[in-house]
Amino acid sequence: MLKVTPFHPRTAALSQGQAWRRWAGHTVLSSYELYHDREYSAIRNAAAMIDVSPLYKYAIAGADAERLLDRVLPRDMTKAKLHQVMYTPWCDAAGKVIDDGTVSRLDDQQFRLTAADPNLRWLHHNAVGMDVTIEDVSDSIAAVSLQGPTSRDILKGIAEADLDTLRFFRLTHASIQGIPATISRTGYTGDLGYEIWVDAGRAVELWDRLIDGGEAYGITPAGILALDIARIEAGLLMIEVDYVSAHHALIEAQTSSPYELGLGWTVKLEKGPFVGQAALAQEKHRGPAWQFRGIEVDWESLEQLYAEVGLPPKIPTVAWRTSAPIYVQGVQVGYATSGCWSPLLKKYIAMAHLESRYARLGTPVHMEVTVEHRRKEAMAQVAKLPFLDLERRRA
Amino acid sequence: MSRAYDAVVIGAGVGELVAANYLARAGQRVLVLEDHDVLGGVHVTEEAFPGFRVDTCASDIGFLNPQIIQDLDLSTHGLEVLSVESGVFAPVGNGDGLLLRDGADTMASIARLSPADASRWMPFSERIARLAGFLWSLYCEAPPLPTSKDRKDLFALLGIGRRLRGLGKVDMLEFLRTVPMPVADLLDDWFESDVLKGCLGAAGVSHLFQGPKSAGTAFVMLHHHVGQPGALRSRTVVRGGVGSLASALARAFGASGGELRSETGVDRILVRAGRVSAVVMQGGEEIPASRVVCGADPKRTFLELVDPTHLDPEFLQRVQHIKLQGVAAKVNLALSELPDFGCSETNLRGTISIAPSLDYLERAYDASKYGRISDQPYLEAVIPSLVDPSLAPSGKHVMSVWMQYAPYRLQEGEWGPETREALGDRVIDTLAQYAPNLPAAIMDRQVLSPRDIESRFGFTEGHFYQGDLTLDQVLFMRPVPGWSRYATPIEGLYLAGPGTHPGGGPTGMSGYLAARQMLKQRRRQPRSTV
Repeated sequence: MLKVTPFHPRTAALSQGQAWRRWAGHTVLSSYELYHDREYSAIRNAAAMIDVSPLYKYAIAGADAERLLDRVLPRDMTKAKLHQVMYTPWCDAAGKVIDDGTVSRLDDQQFRLTAADPNLRWLHHNAVGMDVTIEDVSDSIAAVSLQGPTSRDILKGIAEADLDTLRFFRLTHASIQGIPATISRTGYTGDLGYEIWVDAGRAVELWDRLIDGGEAYGITPAGILALDIARIEAGLLMIEVDYVSAHHALIEAQTSSPYELGLGWTVKLEKGPFVGQAALAQEKHRGPAWQFRGIEVDWESLEQLYAEVGLPPKIPTVAWRTSAPIYVQGVQVGYATSGCWSPLLKKYIAMAHLESRYARLGTPVHMEVTVEHRRKEAMAQVAKLPFLDLERRRA
Repeated sequence: MSRAYDAVVIGAGVGELVAANYLARAGQRVLVLEDHDVLGGVHVTEEAFPGFRVDTCASDIGFLNPQIIQDLDLSTHGLEVLSVESGVFAPVGNGDGLLLRDGADTMASIARLSPADASRWMPFSERIARLAGFLWSLYCEAPPLPTSKDRKDLFALLGIGRRLRGLGKVDMLEFLRTVPMPVADLLDDWFESDVLKGCLGAAGVSHLFQGPKSAGTAFVMLHHHVGQPGALRSRTVVRGGVGSLASALARAFGASGGELRSETGVDRILVRAGRVSAVVMQGGEEIPASRVVCGADPKRTFLELVDPTHLDPEFLQRVQHIKLQGVAAKVNLALSELPDFGCSETNLRGTISIAPSLDYLERAYDASKYGRISDQPYLEAVIPSLVDPSLAPSGKHVMSVWMQYAPYRLQEGEWGPETREALGDRVIDTLAQYAPNLPAAIMDRQVLSPRDIESRFGFTEGHFYQGDLTLDQVLFMRPVPGWSRYATPIEGLYLAGPGTHPGGGPTGMSGYLAARQMLKQRRRQPRSTV
């Protein structure tokens, strides 16, 4: 039985098309309106409110909390400052990514880890002999993501917190008109944005305060379809779409290391022992077999393919999550896993796994597209991730 | 500036000392660290009562590979084998009893219970000897990994296959059929006498949290017949008690230039970048070591001595899931006179077995399944002073009794003085049914519950074998699948206790094989002085 999120009384009432989808055992909306365009525009031009409560959340506390996380995560947790948030993947012993999420240092001995998949068992396995408690707080904490250029102004109007000094990937404890909340300057859109964490019992109240306070700033509830486009523009990975968790992979070839996902920067080989360290050190030495890159499809080539069958060029209206082969001179050298038309960049973009030697930026490739039921190859080139790097995200 | 050792051995149990000896003889500088004042691990002889020397834990030295005695020249270092008492005596009351030993009176003894069984005894005994002999051949080498693509492994596997075929058609099939069987089924195939089956079946459940009707117990029976001349369980008796084996090993070790420190407990094993770097003593002293041989059980080694952070969670999980359930308690007695079983004294020189039927054993086990101590326990007693009078004052005796089933985890209450002494009473009451003079002859007694054995000898759950001898935990799956060759995921750290192949029983074999693996893998390493 699927669960509903703590915001359900509000989100359900706003749903025009009943476009529900599953996310981590919950029902959430693909879009509130019949089309997601306005919701996407809110992310980039005003402020979008996205219910992200289905995320798995773990409260990790105790004398060995830092030690546990430092063992599980490839990032150096001894360097995590108070109220710092870190984005991180985590790996199995073979150095293959299990999941990714954020870890927040709430206190000296208290952390919160978010994950896309259940990780309680994995955390417990790694906590052998440690003085630490791991609590699954997924259901007791509601989370809403407020993303877009006016998000700061909205929060400033309703939250007692110093938002001007809250830096990117930092968090602060705040009161939003009497509701105790944690506000982190994080998100999944590549835009200026915040995630607000509250007790699930106060979720509806929080929703109402945000809507009231945000009305003048164009606040708009947004669903997963809008979010999906924004995250591809921002070059952000999605589990089971852009990579297969090492815990779910059926064959080794399905797994990926952080180096193969463009997450090499999160791996601190020189820190103390952590899961996958030896395998990752070897891989770094050897050089990863794959790279994760952007693909920009050449417009004129696409136009040509459609012209050949007498049609105007067609672009995907929603982000796709299938696998599209990438070729170089007729030989497959990789595959794209997510793609969309970027309304902001006015480009057909995709994210792809490429064999390392074909991953150099600017490499001309072909991506498979289906034109009028027939497989064709559109010209494209290897591009840097993220596609969109907004100044205001960090400013 | 302290000396750097080629290998530091943690524990002075028989397995560890055997390993230390072989390493020292190969020219390595070896240090053995033992936290007790007496050596031998579970093979210790102590003056538990004034004037009485008692084999506190293990009652005999099991089957000691003659190769080890010869290689290490243990007889010149004071090991004196007094006799091999190849007998089990199972009293049935009124002075009568079943006597299984290497002699003609065995047939007569069985015939009194069942003439049919007597006629089947020799074929059975010979078959057990052949099947156990094949098992022994597996115990003389580090188990090759069936999944390995290494040529050496493939040859070793081929060798095993050839030896198995070499048993002949009948025995090969019998071996494959016997191994997964419940020992009760195997014995029901052959015999009708309850006493005979109980007495033989006991070997299938000794130190195991299972009854004779559990699958795989026929394997355990074969395991306990390794090195035996038939379906007999002989006891190698050495002068001075089982502890004298450790003393001889220690002397041999000293003669090879080894260094031994007792009464110094190890606190932890330090690991740096996936490699062993030092052993830290309880006092804080750090002894640098590039190779460490650990005799502690795998759980204690990987969950306590090593910082688990250095191990893969999958490996740790396997270690945590090693089945290891303490079931046996020990009762040691100082006696003013020999217990009177109404039979000839010579019958009592071997093992006295109280396991009158398979059902008796199964019922004894039933209680422990639910966390209770068996009302009518299975007992194995020995009176070592009969063979070696030096162990007790003249005319007096020591008696050593293993009792099953005494589960480590009790359903109600905890192990403490009360439960412990109640267990002692139950053991004595049970023996008194066969030897009525026993209670009055007891001058002193010592009872060790599984918890006591755990705290005294450092074996998790007081498990003598550091891991149940079930089919999923033997050969290449001992201590965990893939790590059966004494090396561990931590480079330079080796295991040498009975938690590794071939397990408890064939004494010292783990240490022997561990040292052999280490010497094979030995690379030239720069000796560091710190």
